[in-house]
Amino acid sequence: MKKWTRRAFIGAGVLASGAVVIGIAIRPGNRSSKVAGLIASADETVMNIWLKISPDNTVTAIIPHAEMGQGVHTTLAMMLAEEMDADWSKVKFLEAPADKEYANYVLAKGFIAGDKQFPKFLEGTIDGVFLTAVKSMNFQITGGSASVRFTGQHGMRIAGAAAKAMLLQAAADTWKVPTEELKAQNSTIIHQASNRTATFAELAPAAAKVKSPKTPKLKSQEEFTIMGTSKPRFDIPAKVTGEAKFGMDVQVAGMKYATIKASPVFGSKVKSVDTTISSSMLGVSKILNLGNAVAVIADGYWQAKTTLDGLPIEFESTANNKLSQADIINGYKKAMDTALAEDELDLHFKKGDALKELESAETLVEAEYELPFLAHATMEPMNCTTWVHDGKCEIWCGSQNPLGVKAAAAKLLDLDFDQVTVHNQLLGGGFGRRSETDVIEQAVMIAKEVDFPVKLIWSREEDTQHDVYREATLSRMKAGLDKSGNPIAYTHQFIFKHHPPEAADMPYDIPNQLIQYSSPETFVPWGNWRSVDHSTHGFLTESFIDELAFAAKQDPFAYRKNLSKNNPRFQAVLDLVMEKSGWGTALPANWGRGIAIAQSFGTIVAEVAEVEVSVEGKVKVHRVVCAVDAGFAIHPDGFIAQMESGIIYGLAAAMTGEISIENGAVMQGNFHDYPVTRMNEAPKIETHIINSGNPPGGGGEPSTPVIGPAVTNAIFNATGIRIRQLPISKNDLRESMRQTT
Amino acid sequence: MTRLIINGKDFEVDAPGGMPLLWAIREQCGLTGTKFGCGIAQCGACTIHLDGQPIRSCITPVTAAEGKNITTIEGIASDQNTLHAVQQAWIDEQTPQCGYCQSGQIMSAVALLNENPSPSDAEIDAAMSGNICRCGMYGRIKSAIKRASESLQSSTTPEII
Repeated sequence: MKKWTRRAFIGAGVLASGAVVIGIAIRPGNRSSKVAGLIASADETVMNIWLKISPDNTVTAIIPHAEMGQGVHTTLAMMLAEEMDADWSKVKFLEAPADKEYANYVLAKGFIAGDKQFPKFLEGTIDGVFLTAVKSMNFQITGGSASVRFTGQHGMRIAGAAAKAMLLQAAADTWKVPTEELKAQNSTIIHQASNRTATFAELAPAAAKVKSPKTPKLKSQEEFTIMGTSKPRFDIPAKVTGEAKFGMDVQVAGMKYATIKASPVFGSKVKSVDTTISSSMLGVSKILNLGNAVAVIADGYWQAKTTLDGLPIEFESTANNKLSQADIINGYKKAMDTALAEDELDLHFKKGDALKELESAETLVEAEYELPFLAHATMEPMNCTTWVHDGKCEIWCGSQNPLGVKAAAAKLLDLDFDQVTVHNQLLGGGFGRRSETDVIEQAVMIAKEVDFPVKLIWSREEDTQHDVYREATLSRMKAGLDKSGNPIAYTHQFIFKHHPPEAADMPYDIPNQLIQYSSPETFVPWGNWRSVDHSTHGFLTESFIDELAFAAKQDPFAYRKNLSKNNPRFQAVLDLVMEKSGWGTALPANWGRGIAIAQSFGTIVAEVAEVEVSVEGKVKVHRVVCAVDAGFAIHPDGFIAQMESGIIYGLAAAMTGEISIENGAVMQGNFHDYPVTRMNEAPKIETHIINSGNPPGGGGEPSTPVIGPAVTNAIFNATGIRIRQLPISKNDLRESMRQTT
Repeated sequence: MTRLIINGKDFEVDAPGGMPLLWAIREQCGLTGTKFGCGIAQCGACTIHLDGQPIRSCITPVTAAEGKNITTIEGIASDQNTLHAVQQAWIDEQTPQCGYCQSGQIMSAVALLNENPSPSDAEIDAAMSGNICRCGMYGRIKSAIKRASESLQSSTTPEII
């Protein structure tokens, strides 16, 4: 199964061949009848694929996204209810089934076209193109901080508004009055002049027969009564009682449990394992050699795990078995040196002539940075329950990519797509990890060997050692400053690029830029990690700009603001974070303040960290002030929670996050050697939102890239020590190391 | 077979080879609110009460709990139609994100407040730092504990849903 990446998706030909396929596009038309069987009972009316109305006047929003704590089920339902003028107390949601009918074309369109408006006359055909494309690609992803930006803005709101228009039309037809005299309010259509009212439910059967408008009128911000408020999240009550069901909690009659050990060295095969069940193995049903992993099926996880731990397994040795972290980093350096010498670096971004201008600069600043591999470490270890029976396959898991799960299982079992059913559950953390299908593929390989359902559970160690990792990287940056300290030339060479122009995502006006990269061979699997490449580039550019401010002998805030004078949105965010953080006010001894700003996923975030570095070199982040231009925050409290979450996630990575390779295998295994931020280490976080009137930005990821550099810049401010290698814990910050100046 | 008393009810479990309580509770008693996170008492997701004391069920053998009172997330409210003040505070503060760690967080918080009805920030940190939340909701957890502390002290009866 080809790994899904946003880049691969774009590369799959939709954009490239868009101009060609428009001519043969299939219009989506009214797909309601096909989906009714999937989502509605006989007495419910399906208005369009995203919503149905029940006889008790409940409006149900069908949400094509997984819930992993981002509140997507609530927020997207709010967007639909807003445009529909539905009574919020009667709004429910249903997670869309993993079916091709729910391949999410509005999301795909967003990924590819951003907020670009298509000409009106192309609307229908463009949608048809995307629908056809996403169906063939099984695109039903939750990721890229995209649910509100794309599905919400271009799907839910339009679905709600279109349904309202249809209900108004049905009322107008029934009462023989013009639609202009009608209004929708609290799930009711009202004709004030004749004092007539009808509920949505009463009108729904007639309304469903009205032709759906393609481009219904949407509300303006001043008209919002639901969007922009913080409705209690649908998913929270069950999460405090223990009733919430995650993939891990699935119970199927007759189910047994499996656990697995894959080759510690990525890509190696099992050389030998004895799959005979001995009498000392309690409750064991089967020992399976899967080629690159060994699995044990037993009556319970504990029985499977203890049996697996006791099995002598030999894995084949390959050249990778000799590789260490130092080899990998040296390999990066060599790859970059060679590419540089032979002029073989790939071009990422170019503006002006940076190499020439560097020579004439007044001051030259250079830095090399090194970042580690990172694991996702979701709270819920990977798991998947699978039952292969009667030519069918049923899967229960929490996935960011349920259609991808279905496709992967169908391919492995050589089944028709619709012979596979995916029951998506709540996700105990996703962060990109649960957009992969590796675990599902293992679960299918195990389940097809037996005739009962099997729940595959990974140990925490397996989860840590067989993740798909945020890439380790190396970066070399140079800048030339003019007499007044402004950068006139900037070069940046880095290792690995997965997505479009993230390294060049800087608000700063630097006239000459040359950004290049090299992609050496690697055997460590890569995956989308919260904020993806922004997690590296946010750190690199915001560390380096801080170095430039220091070289220019300027205040880091003022320097950034001056250089972003062509970006008023950035300046407004900088001003807000400065004001709220008390930038420039006195701090206790050994404390420092650092600032960083970056745009990602349509959202601009600036953070100021207040950090104390003890004489022993111990770092404590006391306070983080976050200012964010959200465009418009649909659910302000949820948005704030996402900022808080992204900050703690990025902080854990910056402080101690490091996956390292020794003898070809990951050295870390659990939270004792891959430590994450705990409550006693968590800063006080204050978030301030700007609703700038721009399209809503993403929430799940944009606060993550900024926290690392905000903290390391604060450490520099406190100690004079510049952190160029993460995690921070690798650096010696004792008083004796500090500059005396 | 080993006899367990969980949330006041009797269960018979088959626990070979030093099986930890976590797996008996989840797989044999069907109480899945208690979570598996790390298996080595590093994350707190499996926190339950044993005779009122918070313990990590992933490393506590079933045999150590025989005949003792076990309380899980499903059993902290006085009955099915009420919420414990800590659970209500968790809702009021909109604390959980993914929610996977929250059963353990709540069990640790309930144990803390039973012991110390009005804990300071430092005392909350000390009691709660064994519970990891990868969604990073520590600020909200702390606020919810303070809210629960206030509500427990102002009222002795649990709030009705």
